[in-house]
Amino acid sequence: MTAGPRMGFFTDTSVCIGCKACEVACKEWNLVPEDGPLRLTGDSYDNTGALGASTWRHVAFVEQQRDDQGLRWLMSSDVCKHCSSAACLEVCPTGALFRTEFSTVVVQADICNGCGYCVPACPFGVIDRREDDGRAFKCTLCYDRLRDDLQPACATACPTDSIQFGELGELRERARERVAALHDAGVAEARLYLDDEDDGIGGAGAFFLLLDEPEVYGLPPDPVSTTRDLPTLWRAAALAAGTLLAAVAVSFVEGRR
Amino acid sequence: MAECHPVGFQWVVEAKARGAKVIHVDPRFTRTSALADLHVPIRAGSDIAFLGGIVNHILANGREFREYVVSYTNAPVIVDEAFQDTEDLDGLFSGFDPETGSYDPRSWQYDGMGMASNAGSRQRRIAGGEAHGSGGAKLSHGSPPRTDPTLEHPRCVFQLLKRHFARYTPELVEQVCGVPREQFLEVAEALCQNSGRERTSAFAYAVGWTHHANGVQFIRTAAIVQLLLGNMGRPGGGIMALRGHASIQGSTDIPTLYNLLPGYLPMPIAGTHGSLQEYLDDVRLPAGFWGRSDSYMVSLLKAWFGDRATAGNDFCFDHLPKLTGDHSIFPTVMAMLDGTCKGFFVPGENPAVGSPNAGLHRKAMAKLDWLVVRELVETETASFWYNAPEIETGELRTEDIGTEVFLLPAAAHTEKDGTFTNTQRLLQWHHKAVEPVGDQRSELWFYYHLGRRIREKLATSAEARDRPLLDLAWDYPTEGPHAEPSAAAVLREIGGVGPDGRALPGYLELKADGSTACGCWIYSGVYADEVNQADRRKPGSEQSWVAPEWGWAWPYNRRILYNRASADPEGRPWSERKRYVWWDQEQGRWTGHDNPDFGAATAPGYDPPDDAEAERALDGTSPFVMQADGKGWLFVPNGLDDGPLPTHYEPPESPVANPLYGRQTNPLMETYDRPGNRMNPALSPVYPFVFTTYRLTEHHTAGGMSRTLGYLSELQPEMFCEVSPELARLRGLVNGGWATIVTSRAAIEARVLVTGRLRPLRVGGQVVHQVGLPYHWGRNGLATGDGANDLLPIVGDPNVHIMESKANTCDVLPGRRPRGPALVELVEGHRARALAEQEREGSR
Repeated sequence: MTAGPRMGFFTDTSVCIGCKACEVACKEWNLVPEDGPLRLTGDSYDNTGALGASTWRHVAFVEQQRDDQGLRWLMSSDVCKHCSSAACLEVCPTGALFRTEFSTVVVQADICNGCGYCVPACPFGVIDRREDDGRAFKCTLCYDRLRDDLQPACATACPTDSIQFGELGELRERARERVAALHDAGVAEARLYLDDEDDGIGGAGAFFLLLDEPEVYGLPPDPVSTTRDLPTLWRAAALAAGTLLAAVAVSFVEGRR
Repeated sequence: MAECHPVGFQWVVEAKARGAKVIHVDPRFTRTSALADLHVPIRAGSDIAFLGGIVNHILANGREFREYVVSYTNAPVIVDEAFQDTEDLDGLFSGFDPETGSYDPRSWQYDGMGMASNAGSRQRRIAGGEAHGSGGAKLSHGSPPRTDPTLEHPRCVFQLLKRHFARYTPELVEQVCGVPREQFLEVAEALCQNSGRERTSAFAYAVGWTHHANGVQFIRTAAIVQLLLGNMGRPGGGIMALRGHASIQGSTDIPTLYNLLPGYLPMPIAGTHGSLQEYLDDVRLPAGFWGRSDSYMVSLLKAWFGDRATAGNDFCFDHLPKLTGDHSIFPTVMAMLDGTCKGFFVPGENPAVGSPNAGLHRKAMAKLDWLVVRELVETETASFWYNAPEIETGELRTEDIGTEVFLLPAAAHTEKDGTFTNTQRLLQWHHKAVEPVGDQRSELWFYYHLGRRIREKLATSAEARDRPLLDLAWDYPTEGPHAEPSAAAVLREIGGVGPDGRALPGYLELKADGSTACGCWIYSGVYADEVNQADRRKPGSEQSWVAPEWGWAWPYNRRILYNRASADPEGRPWSERKRYVWWDQEQGRWTGHDNPDFGAATAPGYDPPDDAEAERALDGTSPFVMQADGKGWLFVPNGLDDGPLPTHYEPPESPVANPLYGRQTNPLMETYDRPGNRMNPALSPVYPFVFTTYRLTEHHTAGGMSRTLGYLSELQPEMFCEVSPELARLRGLVNGGWATIVTSRAAIEARVLVTGRLRPLRVGGQVVHQVGLPYHWGRNGLATGDGANDLLPIVGDPNVHIMESKANTCDVLPGRRPRGPALVELVEGHRARALAEQEREGSR
């Protein structure tokens, strides 16, 4: 298998209508179990809550009362970011998490041993373990569909093209044009999120057009891979250990005197 | 639209990306509002005041598309001098008979033309104005109406319209609808500026507009706006009716309605239509395409009765059932309660959840001898006899219910072939993907074999009453292990065949002599050239922007109706930008992007000779080819029960007094005042809030197809009510907690969703709170809850008998509802207080 261009998602939340077709299509295709407690959350029309082991797409609903422009109802479909620097993959001791030929990050359920190291490693809180099963699950960017030249289920189901799938380079270009068009139309608050290769996760395979600060949608404003600083940390630890050893040695030497 | 038609809404998003301005008028801020450029919260049920305000804005400021209005509408026509307006008679038009509570429309006629037929009025009483179908009503021929093209005559339609709506000012709109005048004017101006030669505006509505006791006149008002602005029959214009779910358009074309035959031919009436000739004399119009009704009707009878239908036996016209009264659903439910209707077929519908005053429906079904439910799952309609809410309250007892319930498993659309007809009149074929499992069968299979078995049982009968069934041409080819009738063969029969047995190209080929057969004249041509035209799937990129080779649209694969109006009276496009069909002088015919409505060779200057018939009797500048005069009717002289012009009446239940007229509600409103269906008194402080019912994206109508599915149930797991923070404070409601909603019919409980998306409106001097109630829930399935439609009264529109489900009054209490008999006491207690209050008010 030779690696092709990097594939990913561009989610344009400015045209999301909150229909949740992405959530349902994802569960249908990937046979993700129901996980809702069948209890109204009272949080606008969001009864899904958050991404998790059995929720690989999650539509957030944000009701905002803005003094100057009245009511606004933001909707945004969230998903695994398929980070360039994927901490989940880096901490996985079994190799269950791997990077595919599409540069996406996928868990192999038959290898995962349920250690759960990946769960706190994710800076977005995406990957999680199923309680009844123990293993970790998350969006595969429909790896099986991609290998058959199909688009991911969510992008296929999305009626308004809020979720767009394609080559990441092309998507980034399209996204910049869309932001410019929105700015021209007076939507000054339109901005891209996770479209920068030099960010704390080394660039995302799933990026977003937002109409407000990321925090408003429940997204971290400046995510950093939890393993990014590991080399530095190890170096510091080695230095500290070396220093300690040297100090101990010196103390022995001193003691003999 | 984004809520209930998310897939169709992609085209609104697309239009917006191309610069369209999207305005959303709705009591609630919904997913549609979220993407609209402007959301206008309006008091539910005040739509005629709002739209009438736009009409007034157009007329008072001379913003109408004058050339279009003069040539293509009945604006210049002078109306009978006996006509009196609601402005003269405080909310009534001339011709009202207080004894029968109905109108005699004689004074509404065009000056000097008189009533065409007495049968019209009798038909209306029995069948409702709806039975006139798309044809509107008759006008007598040979006497062209008196007109004033300057539109100055005081009795011309234009001036009557101007006067009728003169009081619908921005101030009145604010007072009635709760819409600030600046916001109203922004909408009115946006429409005016985006209409004319270069631009067009479109209206889209869903059942939120039809489910009103004044719904027909709401939509009529929109039609008046669109005609005045020149937005009909042109690309980007029109009024789009987004139907309730898949192929509801198809179920009116090939109707499931009691008063229509296929293709909007009216159902014959007992005593009036004793023979085919009497029927045809009544329904055939002298001008326009209804002038060919005889060929449509005879071809229909030939399709149904085949060789048995001959000129000698009136083509078996006598075999058709004849109407003896109003047999729409609500009188039928009352007849069930009264014990006169003994059996009930319910295919693919869940009235125990979905119908207004669903509790009354459940009590009615408990009185039946038998009930047949054909469904995908066991709905509340099939299970009412053991788990209706009335069993919990003690109003019904399982052991007392004698109804024999047959629940028959139905095949889903993926398990059968067939067509869907969408709101654009587009038929799209769908193929069976998998065989139905177990005993599941298609509707087609069920009715074909039911008919076949009954015919077998009757085969030796000599009774005259059995002839209609025995004479049917019931010979569809079947296929597969279950002898499934061929849906394609049925579609071909609907499309029509000629004397040579070949499929017909369209309804102009139909004959009244029995040589052609056609199951629905407007669908004629759907099998032209022996090709299933509905099954065509040529990609848009490989054909013109009108995409005529995707599916097939009735009639004649025409994508925009009344497209003659896309050209000026001389046949030239109104503008380059809005070019659609136009007259080609050199070739002597109409040409363009679509199939012209008109005879393709009918020149713009055509003046029909006196003996011309049907469409040939319309002149060359008459785009509205189904109307007897070929014009768009701003004023409706005949065909509507409740008046020739839309008039604002308050909804049947309202917390507000009608500021325009002494009449609070539509004088012709259909009411069923009986135990279990009492109305909340108007202006009652006991029921101070307005509630409106609706659907959510996540569920399907009465829930049978969604509450049973885990993936959908978890998205909207519980019944809830949406209330504003102000109402929550007023009634002590807590987000995520419980509320009880009470009307004169029922009390239900719901989780509370406090949201700024609902906001109180200032209406006149008072504040009106509106409560939002999705109606998807019932007792069965995974996500269960109380049904909002239990709260509704059965009260109907006089023209089409539809209920009011969008603007009624209620009370809201914090906490859960009582259980058992205490629930009935709560409802009755409220009502007793309301009546006492009303009495006190009356004696004051």
